Amino acid sequence: MTVLDAHLTVRRRDFRLDLPLTAAAGEVVALLGPNGAGKTTALRALAGLLPLDGGHIRLDGEPIGALPAERRPVGVVFQDYLLFPHLSALENVAFGPRCQGVPRRAARERAAGWLERVGLGEHLAKKPRALSGGQAQRVALARALVTEPRLLLLDEPLAALDAHTRLEIRSALRRHLAGFAGATILVTHDPLDAMVLADRLVVVEQGRMVQEGPPAEVARHPRTDYVARLVGLNLYRGRAHGHTVTLEGDKGPVRFDATEALEGEVFVAFAPSAVALYRTRPDGSPRNRWRARVETIERHGDRIRVGLSGPLPAAADVTPGAVAELGLAEGSEVWAVLKAAETHAYPA
Amino acid sequence: MPWVLVLPAVLGLAFLVLPLAGLLIRAPWSTLGTRLGEPQVLEALRLSLVTSTLATALCLVLGVPLAWVLARTGFPGRGLVRALVTVPLVLPPVVGGVALLLVLGRRGIVGRWLESAFGVSLPFTTAGVVLAEAFVAMPFLVISVEGALRGADPRYEEAAATLGASRWTIFRRVTLPMVAPGIAAGAILCWARALGEFGATITFAGNFPGRTQTMPLAVYLALETDPEAAIVLSLVLLTVSVVILAALRDRWVSTP
Amino acid sequence: MVRHLTAVLAAITLALGAAGCGDTGGDDPADRTLTVFAAASLTETFTELGKTFEKAHPGVRVRFSFGGSSTLAQQIVQGAPVDVFAAASPATMRPVSDERLTADAPRTFARNRLVIAVPPGDPAKIRTLRDLAGRELKVVLCAPQVPCGAAAEKALDVAGVKVTPVSQEQDVKAVLTKVRLGEADAGLVYRTDVRAAGGQVEGVEFPESAEAINDYPIAALAKAPQPGLAGEFVDLVLSAQGRAVLTRAGFESA
Repeated sequence: MTVLDAHLTVRRRDFRLDLPLTAAAGEVVALLGPNGAGKTTALRALAGLLPLDGGHIRLDGEPIGALPAERRPVGVVFQDYLLFPHLSALENVAFGPRCQGVPRRAARERAAGWLERVGLGEHLAKKPRALSGGQAQRVALARALVTEPRLLLLDEPLAALDAHTRLEIRSALRRHLAGFAGATILVTHDPLDAMVLADRLVVVEQGRMVQEGPPAEVARHPRTDYVARLVGLNLYRGRAHGHTVTLEGDKGPVRFDATEALEGEVFVAFAPSAVALYRTRPDGSPRNRWRARVETIERHGDRIRVGLSGPLPAAADVTPGAVAELGLAEGSEVWAVLKAAETHAYPA
Repeated sequence: MPWVLVLPAVLGLAFLVLPLAGLLIRAPWSTLGTRLGEPQVLEALRLSLVTSTLATALCLVLGVPLAWVLARTGFPGRGLVRALVTVPLVLPPVVGGVALLLVLGRRGIVGRWLESAFGVSLPFTTAGVVLAEAFVAMPFLVISVEGALRGADPRYEEAAATLGASRWTIFRRVTLPMVAPGIAAGAILCWARALGEFGATITFAGNFPGRTQTMPLAVYLALETDPEAAIVLSLVLLTVSVVILAALRDRWVSTP
Repeated sequence: MVRHLTAVLAAITLALGAAGCGDTGGDDPADRTLTVFAAASLTETFTELGKTFEKAHPGVRVRFSFGGSSTLAQQIVQGAPVDVFAAASPATMRPVSDERLTADAPRTFARNRLVIAVPPGDPAKIRTLRDLAGRELKVVLCAPQVPCGAAAEKALDVAGVKVTPVSQEQDVKAVLTKVRLGEADAGLVYRTDVRAAGGQVEGVEFPESAEAINDYPIAALAKAPQPGLAGEFVDLVLSAQGRAVLTRAGFESA
């Protein structure tokens, strides 16, 4: 059942957001995009904090695009939570119900119930500045959910947390989102948050949707350089003829064998781990093989990521042992070989 | 220690404090007790405290919303309005008093109507003192509160809106508490200015013991015949205000 | 010492000026300034007399400071460089003469009499001092601490009238302002103030004012920077010409 059906058009001086957006009941949609892509603008428009210049917003079929923020059944968790500093955790959460006319006592009971649910039953009386980042995040979540909104908006909900807390809070958030009956829009620039928390990704670049789909699908088949970088894949555009894909490299065409048989314009994607490096020209098919020059060498987890230039700029992941064995250094000339079985082509 | 800063600072402090020392040195200590006991002194002090407090209350009721309008809404001519708000700061208070008479006096534009419709006449009344003091002191409050509002993060107000709060609820439950230190600071400045008000008060409300003769008026008139009495009155005013300001500042302004 | 030096310098400059121009009548390069402190009620008359004095003494500028007599007296006691002081009452002259700061004993040069100032047309129909009492009238007086207030108190005492003013103003001009603006129905001010206000207020004379006449004393000061000129200015004020100006303004001759 579709809860949110929106088309957001917002014009600013040198920027235009034009974004169709839907979300079903219980669905978590992540708006993913680089800084300045318009994610937060979209969120503010949905919340009613920014007027629409066009398009529409419908919640459960009701048009709400013209309603002021306070009359939209929308809950928001802001990036730095914006807990009211002069109110206790309990009063922060009870604020929404009070505004809806719930009597003080009942509002406090509801708030206490929610704080209990997010595991903060012991911290009701604390002021926000006495809370840790993770606790503040949970208070903010409780505050947004206690009013039982139909649409929940999360703006970079984990960005303000340190790495350790982030892990913990992410899984807690996932649990709470799973229990939420309405639709959730999550804004993030962190692919991991998006992958873990969202049922569907909407990738936004320069105010427009550039890709959409389930996280696994987006991760496997990126359609822009930004997404490819996010999911850590090498991405190229070329023409397919059967299993053969011709890419327009910097120095003339390069031919690949792909797993899929396609015709016409395609994307080709492969992981850096699919690239093997050799000091000398390896034997075998000339396909999937090219001469490259090492530009960068960086640690990447327990692997070494090697940036290659040549006919196809690409990233390759090798083991530290391989770096030593091959004597890799910036400026080294190597042969790159790609495993055909790990090279995916899909229609552009 | 950078002497370039310390030396002028010490000189500045001396400049502000030495006149006070002068008052203390010249004070008629031997007769101080009897002079302080005089009913006129207590009467003037009581009137001063009551009127400056009421004037501050009036400034809060009118000035905080005015500051909010200046800080949070955009309308054409806002710069001009802001400049107009500061007029009482630069207007000689005596002129302010005359201006108040021209508007609220018996023959004033508004005063005439007040008298015929309600039988209310403001000049020569304690209410007139409060108005004169509020007129002169309000800019201190408005400027201070507007600054605090500009410094406050408007995103908290947005957060409140997403929780279903109306503009008025937001103002009352979020904006006001968040700028409370600024309001307190402004109110204290405003109160202090009202306490020392002389020109507008004597011009608009006149001078009558127990009704409109506040401490500064009593000081001025005592100066005509009995400078020592004027010094005593000034010391009383100073002591009371320093004690109250010190207490309030520690309580409201210093704590974040 | 300093005064002698100034006198010598003045004499030298005078001599040089005379030698240079040959015509001592026109512009005197000495450019001497006479400083006169005078009660606020003397503003109009003394300004006029100052011009007369300047005309008679080419090269001399007369500078006035008009204000409340007691304030001016205090400034003189604190060492203000002043040549002549004219006060609105003997009481306000006293601090100066007590400190032996006058060159000679102060001399009374004018008298001022209280009148009842009322708005034009006398809407409250006030004829006597008695009319000020016991009615729903807004009456303003000077504060008893200032000369006009002391005089008013005395006159009311003599008349046996008890008046509860709505305000005791800090000076006579403030009383006049309240009547002029219509805030007060009546006020006790000096006759000269009513005269100076033109047609904006009317004065009602009352016989008891004779009992509370204010004497205006004048004196050249002992430390006058211009002792010669100071004496001459005092003489001008006391002369027939001076009296004529003062009488025209509503003062009575001493």
